[in-house]
Amino acid sequence: MASAIGVLSLQGDVAEHCRSIEALGRRAIQIRYARQMDSVDGLIIPGGESTTIAKLTADNADAIFDRIREFIDAGKPVYGTCMGSIFLAKEIEGSAQGRLAAMDIKVRRNAFGPQRFSFETTLNIPVLGEEPLNAIFIRGPVILSASENVEVMARVDANIGRLGKTAGSLPGESALYDSCIVMARQNNLLVSSFHPELTDDLRVHHYFLQMVEGLAPAKVSKDFEQFVHTKTPHTVNPMTLAAV
Amino acid sequence: MAVETKEKKGGNILTGSDKVKKALPQMLKGGVIMDVVNAEQAKIAEAAGAVAVMALERVPADIRAEGGVSRMSDPELVAKIIESVSIPVMAKARIGHFVEAQILQSLGVDCIDESEVLTPADEEYHIDKSKFEIPFVCGARNLGEALRRIGEGAAMIRTKGEAGTGDVVEAVRHARKILGEIRALSIMPREELMTYAKQIGAPFELVVKVAEEGKLPVVNFAAGGIATPADAALMMQIGVEGVFVGSGIFKSGNPEKRALAIVKATTFYQDPEVLAEVSRNLGEPMVGRTAASLAATETLATRGW
Repeated sequence: MASAIGVLSLQGDVAEHCRSIEALGRRAIQIRYARQMDSVDGLIIPGGESTTIAKLTADNADAIFDRIREFIDAGKPVYGTCMGSIFLAKEIEGSAQGRLAAMDIKVRRNAFGPQRFSFETTLNIPVLGEEPLNAIFIRGPVILSASENVEVMARVDANIGRLGKTAGSLPGESALYDSCIVMARQNNLLVSSFHPELTDDLRVHHYFLQMVEGLAPAKVSKDFEQFVHTKTPHTVNPMTLAAV
Repeated sequence: MAVETKEKKGGNILTGSDKVKKALPQMLKGGVIMDVVNAEQAKIAEAAGAVAVMALERVPADIRAEGGVSRMSDPELVAKIIESVSIPVMAKARIGHFVEAQILQSLGVDCIDESEVLTPADEEYHIDKSKFEIPFVCGARNLGEALRRIGEGAAMIRTKGEAGTGDVVEAVRHARKILGEIRALSIMPREELMTYAKQIGAPFELVVKVAEEGKLPVVNFAAGGIATPADAALMMQIGVEGVFVGSGIFKSGNPEKRALAIVKATTFYQDPEVLAEVSRNLGEPMVGRTAASLAATETLATRGW
């Protein structure tokens, strides 16, 4: 039976994700309550404001926050775009805001600066094929560092917007970021700093559906390793994830 | 000339494109944007779950009470608000005052509201919003007005309502009018579209687009007179994609509690149990004034052309 995909519908660009999922011939279900989670095989956390989603999930009689944690612990796939990637992260730089703390990544919110530095670009993402992907970043986050079990799928140069000026600004961090991670996967969790749901290119959603259907095993391919090394001679400084 | 072209290309990086400008409001959908006059209010709004704050000199209720010319906020205040919160910051510029808009863009605001709540600077022309790198939101009372603003480059539309009254009736009127006209347009035969575009004073290409897609090509929020969680849910059920709350929060007895209640009501707008729960014991609402009691010279919604 074709999978049903939930889109967390507390706030954000829900309709755009539903449209992408439906364009791939799957059913999209807008999720507002914990009980609805039983009927989906994968969950998308859309773009939006991470402080809003933290407030709405923490300060709510409904147990949706715990239910999503269980869903992740059970190995069910979750894809977070922009706000979704922040909500999934273990560490959010300089913030104690609520989060699922499921993925071994450290993110910086709004890493490129205000909206005038929001941008579109093309990214080469080997797992999606040779055709570059049009990627739209809207006050987007970046992943500053990730543990070894996280697959890095795409990066951008650190000289975009204010990223280069701010990366490495905290004590103990290298000031020599040459690039930052903008798409990554850790087992059942997929995140992107950009918004494939705003374009007609369905490859990222298709990849996520393959994860849901068990057709995209998490592993580091040879191509992928080559990509990491050619794009980034200096890898991001290793980090120790603080207990959250 | 400070502002020459909206799109800037550096290597493989394109900022200020239509797609990038329209996308910011898309991320705000299902959320509440709150009017604030200083950094303290902005922090309260953020803590309550606002998706963005709107910086302005005085909230509309005070503009009504005090009169005088109402302008863009002091850049110092806008800068302090930007520093104090992590969510997007919007700010109001006067209708037609493209220099206020240039200043706000240079300060780093995320979106500009070319707003009828401030005293218009031009009684004939609006700002050419396509020239700017950041998105604009504009008020509208009907589809023609909405499409004229989109034609000028607005990346987001809101109902005008009647700001500073605490009376939701005008926001309802404008939302019903815009959404009703879209519904009528979506079943209109092709040969009628040109005459319809002429009648409502809207660009033909945008009329065709709305007819084909059955919705505005940009995000559509409600604004003007929303004062309670039930008001916010009413606007959402009528069919808007999010709400602006102006005087309704910081002119009420308990801003923190009311702000959070309106945020929850905007998310769970279809759930009367949640609405009943969040509406309890909110303290005094803002002192309202019926929109019908306003003299013609007091209405703000008639500003804009």
